Amino acid sequence: MDKLIDGFSLGLFIWQLIFFLLILGGLAFFWKKILGAIETRESSIKDSLQAAEEAKAQVAQLKSSNEDALRQAKEERDAILKEARELKDKIVAEAKDKANEESDRIVANAREVIKNEKNAAVAELKNQVAALSIEIAEKIVKQELSSDDKQKALADTLVDDMNLN
Amino acid sequence: MRANFLKTLIILLIGLGGNVMASDSHDHDNHGGHESSMSEEDESALRKLLVKEYINHHLEDSHDFILFSTGNRQDGDEKHVGFALPVILFDGGIKMFMSSEFEHGEKVVEKGGNYYRLYHGKIYKTDEHGTIKHDHETGDITNDMPVDLSITKNVVFIFLILLLMYFMFRGMAKSYDKGGDLMPRGAGRFLEPIIIFIRDDVAIPNIGEKKYKKFMPYLLTVFFFIWIVNLFGLTPLGVNVTNSLAVTGCLALLTFVIMIASGNKNFWMHIFWMPGVPWPMKIVLAPIELIGLVIKPFSLMIRLFANITAGHIVLMSLMGMIIYNSWYGSGLTFLLTVVLVLIELMVAALQAYIFTMLSALYFGSAVEEHEHDHEHEHSVAH
Amino acid sequence: MDGIEFIPKLVGAGLVVIGVGIGIGKIGASAMEGIARQPEATNKIQTAMLIAAALIEGIGFAALFAV
Repeated sequence: MDKLIDGFSLGLFIWQLIFFLLILGGLAFFWKKILGAIETRESSIKDSLQAAEEAKAQVAQLKSSNEDALRQAKEERDAILKEARELKDKIVAEAKDKANEESDRIVANAREVIKNEKNAAVAELKNQVAALSIEIAEKIVKQELSSDDKQKALADTLVDDMNLN
Repeated sequence: MRANFLKTLIILLIGLGGNVMASDSHDHDNHGGHESSMSEEDESALRKLLVKEYINHHLEDSHDFILFSTGNRQDGDEKHVGFALPVILFDGGIKMFMSSEFEHGEKVVEKGGNYYRLYHGKIYKTDEHGTIKHDHETGDITNDMPVDLSITKNVVFIFLILLLMYFMFRGMAKSYDKGGDLMPRGAGRFLEPIIIFIRDDVAIPNIGEKKYKKFMPYLLTVFFFIWIVNLFGLTPLGVNVTNSLAVTGCLALLTFVIMIASGNKNFWMHIFWMPGVPWPMKIVLAPIELIGLVIKPFSLMIRLFANITAGHIVLMSLMGMIIYNSWYGSGLTFLLTVVLVLIELMVAALQAYIFTMLSALYFGSAVEEHEHDHEHEHSVAH
Repeated sequence: MDGIEFIPKLVGAGLVVIGVGIGIGKIGASAMEGIARQPEATNKIQTAMLIAAALIEGIGFAALFAV
């Protein structure tokens, strides 16, 4: 121990203290710069990694959104097609209905006309028949009514006929 | 990569060779003049003494910078290759002169009416003949010692290493500006992982995410300083800065001062009035905690000093065995030395790491928040 | 270091070194065991091991220098 205390050199101690404090001051700036550079680099690496991660997520999101759009478009197309088909069916049906109606109406009209014509024809026929009948009757009457008996018998049959009618 | 490895290997080999070469001069001395005239016992005693002296010389600080020596002291043709360093004495006024005036302790230097002599690496105030007075009972030297603020070998190396660190980290800091990608260039590529290691494995776990930034400059400086200094200690230059208590004591003192200065209310409360124990215990605990507080930097100082010194002593002793013992032991001791140098390389980094780690631990205890917060942090960490 | 008064000091230092050796050995053994059991906690265990070993080592050195 004595040797140790003996070996302690005050001069060396003082010089070491001075030099070391000087170098501490001298290097402080460089340490700051080196540590700062290391830190900046580390944080920039961290940031780039994070940015890459984010970009990856974004791409994934974009992809999924693209898929969504595609699916939506498909759905829309299907819907449009379906609607078109429905429309077509509806139009065809409508047209059919209309045609049916028209034809029905035409037929009805025709029937009416025919009926009317028939009625008219019947009426005319009746008239003619009546006129002819009258004519015939006249002639017959003129012929028949040459005698009284015959006139009377005729009247009777006529009356019977009328009743039968 | 390969080239770098080869370079490291070559530097290592030169390092070993250099140490051996430096020791060779003594070997030469020994065999040169005395083998015939001395008995075997005397010779082995002298060898032991020389090894011991050499190790001590290697471990100690000195006032001049000797790269290697040639010749023999006894024969008077000893020559030292190196250069002198300035001596600064504070003894009733500042006195400055070159250490070459001592002529390696052989001459007495007169400055301002006082006489100084370099004796075993220390400067003493003497009379004009350079008499060193010894205490009769203990054998201690009783001469006065001036306050010695000399630029010694260690001071020069501390300065050079700090200068090296300054330019190294300035270059690294600047290299981040080039290229614009915030990547270090050159040496920074090697240093950056170490800095990140200090931040993520030393500072953040011990101090905490919130407050670690304040201490980073000190922790990084201390880590790199101790590491580089320890590595230089393994080169054949013979500088062992962390071998001196003054240096490790200074570092430990700085850690202590920073710990005290950043201690919060919670920290002081745990020392003087430990919460959660009955009051008689608080009175008992206060002095224990206070002693613990002082022991912390003390153990930091001793640990670093002792590890490096012990490592060097063992290494030098093994090398001494190569030089001063018979040839057949040399192969084994050479192998042992190589292994030990590798271990010392690891210890150099390990001690720097431990010093930094413990400093961070002490800072962490000083800025620690209340118990509740601490537990919360733990649960987050798991 | 000549004279009988050094013997107790040296013996004491030797005892301290033995104690420190046992202590660090136990720490190392326990750390190994812990790492083998939980390899994912290797870093934490190593750090704690180094701190504990360093503290014991400090005591050992303090005792050695008391010689």
